[in-house]
Amino acid sequence: MTRKNIIASSVILIIFILAALIVFPLGNGLLFSRGVELGLDLQGGLRLVYEADLSGVTDGSEDEILEGVVAVITNRINPLGVSEPQIEKQGEDRIVVSLPGLSLSDVEKDRIGRTALLEFREYKDSDGDGEKEWVPATGEINGEQKTLNSSYFKENTYAATDDFGRIILVFEFNEEGAKLSEQITGRMIGQRLGIFEGDQPLLGDDGQPIAPTVESTISDRGQITGLSVGEATTLSQQLNAGRLPVPLDVIYEQTVSPTLGSDFVDLSLKAGIIGLALVMLFMTLYYKIPGLVASLALLFYAAITMALYKLIPVTLTLAGIGGFILSIGMAVDANVLIFERIKEELQAGRTLGSAIEAGFNRAWSAIRDSNITTFIVCAILFWVGSSVAAGASVQGFALTLFVGVAVSMFTAIVVTRTIMRLFIGSKISGNKRLFSPYLGGEK
Amino acid sequence: MIDIVGKRFKLFAFTAIVMLICIITLATSGLKMGIDFSSGSLLTLSFEEEVALNDIKQELSTLGYDNAIVQVTGDGDFLIRTLTLEAEEKASLETSLESRFGELEELSFENVDPVIARQTARNAAIAVAAAAVGIMLYITWAFRRMPKPFHYGTCAIAALVHDLLIVIGIFAVLSIPMGLEVNLMFITGVLAVLGYSVNDTVVIFDRIRENRLNNPTADLAITINRSLVETLTRSVNTGITTLVVILALLMFIGSTILNFAIIMLIGVLVGTYSSIFVASTLLIVWDKKEWKRFIPWLNRGEAKV
Repeated sequence: MTRKNIIASSVILIIFILAALIVFPLGNGLLFSRGVELGLDLQGGLRLVYEADLSGVTDGSEDEILEGVVAVITNRINPLGVSEPQIEKQGEDRIVVSLPGLSLSDVEKDRIGRTALLEFREYKDSDGDGEKEWVPATGEINGEQKTLNSSYFKENTYAATDDFGRIILVFEFNEEGAKLSEQITGRMIGQRLGIFEGDQPLLGDDGQPIAPTVESTISDRGQITGLSVGEATTLSQQLNAGRLPVPLDVIYEQTVSPTLGSDFVDLSLKAGIIGLALVMLFMTLYYKIPGLVASLALLFYAAITMALYKLIPVTLTLAGIGGFILSIGMAVDANVLIFERIKEELQAGRTLGSAIEAGFNRAWSAIRDSNITTFIVCAILFWVGSSVAAGASVQGFALTLFVGVAVSMFTAIVVTRTIMRLFIGSKISGNKRLFSPYLGGEK
Repeated sequence: MIDIVGKRFKLFAFTAIVMLICIITLATSGLKMGIDFSSGSLLTLSFEEEVALNDIKQELSTLGYDNAIVQVTGDGDFLIRTLTLEAEEKASLETSLESRFGELEELSFENVDPVIARQTARNAAIAVAAAAVGIMLYITWAFRRMPKPFHYGTCAIAALVHDLLIVIGIFAVLSIPMGLEVNLMFITGVLAVLGYSVNDTVVIFDRIRENRLNNPTADLAITINRSLVETLTRSVNTGITTLVVILALLMFIGSTILNFAIIMLIGVLVGTYSSIFVASTLLIVWDKKEWKRFIPWLNRGEAKV
């Protein structure tokens, strides 16, 4: 028992205690008071991937447009009160929205990604095929044909109730919009004016499209009657500050109710504890004292890994927990390699001390080379997970397995070796049997 | 000392038969693709009152969802898989089901657009290929000081192909009664198996490397056999600890990571087998060009030269 080793043992003990203080209690650790971040599948929530239609955007400004989309969506989501919303660009034309812990109705979901660009249309036969259809109403400004839409609204739209108790959305056109509106409504008196959002007609509270008949020329002010209260309020807010610069299309959606995931937290805790206990039992029964030491190292490993999950922080998904539990089984591999080596060295007649040192040194190349292949796989899985819409769980798995294997290399080598050295020169060190595996006694 | 390499031809015959069975299974029954790869919607509903599976199926077909696949989960919830659902379609589907079967709760909903599905499938394929190439390059590099390092990389990959085929073959067999589909967790499991199996192979190759460097003149077959026997306990014990935790996963969590756990369970067994009986023994076959024994005209060709 050297002085150096006693210092090393104390450092390890201190790290273990610190890690345990960070980990427990699981909700908010005593140290840093961090909780474990849970993914969508465990705490419920919503994940949406939008594809932006950038066809009408000038080349080179796509990035800026997407930044704008992110800003608008962020503004729309903030009032919902999500603690950790994530709204990010992905690739060239995608926006990923992740709202953990949130439960939304379909209507509310729809509102997040709506363009909020109202377009006025008329019902006529525009292409001369004898069939009438809703086409954008256009007017002429400085010799240019322009369609009339809500981008000409001043930012003072509001929802109100009219004299008959109906909900109205009141808006005001800017100068250019007023000119367009005058031309269009002027020639459309007696006809119906359709109001569209994208290619969908704006629906009233009664579920019918809103398409009022033009009674007089409208120039600077107008109102839309027939919306529901909620719809009119949201729409007025979105028209004022939150219009999306380009239309979005939902290409991936994942919704999980909080009730589904809550069971899994307990169950995975149980799976982890039972997995850990069984591995420790096996190691101790088979490898005796070294196995017991490896089991201590495994506890140390679990504490450090969990502490890292809290500190990095790693968002735990069910697959991520799977990766962690799997890494418990694989973490002892380094120890198995070392103990088999120690067994061989003991069989070759070495003393315990030199057998331990030789065992660790000789097992190192195998531990290093074999774990690198796991790292390669983790890196590739991490790439898949971050490049595909449904990949959050794959990414979680790659991350936890990587952290797990990396930490296990450290604990299996440094921690086990330090504790094993404490036995050198002790009373029981002469009894090689205690240090030889069950099936591999002295020859 | 146990003679493992001496039985290599019997083992190859056994391996070949198992692989053949897997190929036939895959060719005839194939694999069912989940929505991750084929697009569509997956809706999990829980009904307050007890509802029979057949009634749901019948109601769905009345509503026009003839191709919907309905399954009951272990907790008595219903998984309904349809083609991609728009928000309004889903809402009206839920309203209809609610009016017929009473109150329901939407536990989860996933909707994958074909654009996403195609990209996912493509990236998953790239990942498996990249993993194979990365592993081969890495092993070739790690064994660069050995004579013929390329042999090591290639034999490891051959063992991986064996693992993939058998794992996916057994999965295909199980998928029929268990209703398993290929999803991203399946791919994750497959890649994790690749990692595990190579890890195992590298440990054995490492021992071969050490034994060869210590005794370069010894016969390769003898060196390999010795290395296999020396690492056998380690291969088995690491297999046991890994299997133990996978069983814990299967028993407690299952559910969304069921595919992963099943693939890993088969994969650890197959991967351990292939590291010992396929990768290492192939090294001997290649080094001694033993295939010539079985293909006589190759020998004749050489005799003429």
